Amino acid sequence: MPAPLVQLAGVSKHYGDVRAVDSVTLELEPGEFFALLGPSGCGKTSLMRLVAGFETPDAGRILLDGQDMQGVPPYRRPVNMMFQSYALFPHMSVERNIAFGLAQQGMSKGDIATRVAEMLRLVKLEGYGARRPEQLSGGQKQRVALARALAPRPKLLLLDEPLAALDRKLREETQFELMQVQRDLGITFMLVTHDQDEAMGMAQRIALMRAGQIEQIGDARAIYERPRTLFAAEFIGEINLFEGEAVQIDGARFAIVQGGRRIALAEDDSPVTGSVLIAVRPERMVMSHLHAGSAAEFEGTITEMAWLGDLTIWRVRLDDGRLLRVSRSNADVANAVFTRGDRVFVGFDAHSVRVLPK
Amino acid sequence: MKPGLSAGMLAVLLAGFAFLYVPIGLLVLYSFNSSRLVTVWGGFSTRWYVELFGNEQLLISTLTSLEIALVSASLSVLLGTCAAYSLARTGAFAGRTVFSALVYAPLVMPEVITGLALLLLFVALGIERGFWTVVLAHSTVGMCFATVVIYARLAEFDVALEEAAMDLGATPAEAFRLVTLPICAPAIAAAFLLAFTLSLDDFVLASFTSGPGSTTLPMRIYSQVRLGVSPQINAISTLMISAVAMLLLAAHLLTGRSAQK
Repeated sequence: MPAPLVQLAGVSKHYGDVRAVDSVTLELEPGEFFALLGPSGCGKTSLMRLVAGFETPDAGRILLDGQDMQGVPPYRRPVNMMFQSYALFPHMSVERNIAFGLAQQGMSKGDIATRVAEMLRLVKLEGYGARRPEQLSGGQKQRVALARALAPRPKLLLLDEPLAALDRKLREETQFELMQVQRDLGITFMLVTHDQDEAMGMAQRIALMRAGQIEQIGDARAIYERPRTLFAAEFIGEINLFEGEAVQIDGARFAIVQGGRRIALAEDDSPVTGSVLIAVRPERMVMSHLHAGSAAEFEGTITEMAWLGDLTIWRVRLDDGRLLRVSRSNADVANAVFTRGDRVFVGFDAHSVRVLPK
Repeated sequence: MKPGLSAGMLAVLLAGFAFLYVPIGLLVLYSFNSSRLVTVWGGFSTRWYVELFGNEQLLISTLTSLEIALVSASLSVLLGTCAAYSLARTGAFAGRTVFSALVYAPLVMPEVITGLALLLLFVALGIERGFWTVVLAHSTVGMCFATVVIYARLAEFDVALEEAAMDLGATPAEAFRLVTLPICAPAIAAAFLLAFTLSLDDFVLASFTSGPGSTTLPMRIYSQVRLGVSPQINAISTLMISAVAMLLLAAHLLTGRSAQK
């Protein structure tokens, strides 16, 4: 295993009484596409600014390629950043924007011209070199910002909400382009975003942040399928929650769902006992007009439905008043039979649940 | 659709403009009067302009005024840039409110008071009044105007631009020189022109703070008018009006350009 490119050890940053970053320990592999994901105010931006060198940690160490970054100013770090506002220099042409970091490195004029041309080709903006930033569309500005940040060949590229200012169509396209560029150049990317789709779509690993701390770290699938906390379960995707009790009988673990049904729990499930929440993703819910024989089953009425093209979402009001969410792919035409007002049985099987501490 | 201008409104507008500009128009008109009597039209002539350029005293004063305006405007911009930068960038430092109040106060302070205060100061310190005391007086007021103009530009300036420059390897000083300064240049130029114009126009401060040999143009005009209005005064005034109008127009165009970006 290669040595980590970025190492954060117990990094903390306070602003007055607010602990923006609270003893974060984290490692990034070389060539990795990493995402810091979290709601606004969770400390992800502060953490990124600490790595870039715009802020100084109150405690802890930041190592970049084995070197301690303590006291190293941003202009001496092999880290570049793509700003959320892009921060293109308005008084310079696209070319001069991209050349800025190279000129600061003292590169010769000829080499700069070659590298700028190469970067323009990389972001598919050949022929735009002489333009001013104000003459570009949002997507083009974004690509110039990317080219400018990548031109000096940093060891680490920080991306601050890179897709936030783009419209939906452009967003997906840009997302794949960013991944392509990252693979081609082999530069480590650290993405900072509040948008789960952005993080899940691009990053190999995601660190979910909450109140200055890392809540859970793993690939998108692990966090989605195996959230460790209620916050993680609710922040990424939708989830149905049931009150219950986790018990151990003859060495096997069971969850007793409120209403009396007992389901067997998998070995590797979170080892909590006592009062728990049983979480089930909407697409894992079982729904039928008749008794389906699921491990846990409830009766209710479909109150709302939303047909979204690729999938349909139903809201089911249980007879005891709880509201559940069920979703199904529209590829299965059998799901078209469910409609508003139907009496249905909804439930879940033991392998679909995730037990969370309350 | 634009609301049309009714006849009544048009009349009010014209009356307003007449109130503002008829006196100036008459002054300009009479500078081309061939008659020696200022109030009697004697046909078109440029003789007063010709005579003006033979009037050494007036020319020396004009030169003095221009020199004072140049030096004090430069000083105003230098100090104003520093003050504006502190106000816009250094966050909520202790005494920021007091500092900003102190910077803006001379804008609303009656010039007579500023002038008198400066006079008392110079006398108390035993400083001989002359060219530099007028420069200091003009810089005091000019600096405040410069601060206001430059601060407006800096306040809307995205700090991320400077951070981006530093991120790309520029030291804070280089970031300021390569990014902040060029982007703020139009505002700085506008501030310079404004301070220059204020200095050129000023009569009150100069009367308090100038000494022998540093008589500015407005002072010279005033003293000559007291001895009787010569049409030469009309001519020099017309030239000054043109100069000031051009400078103000340039300042306006520059701030307009910087605001667009």
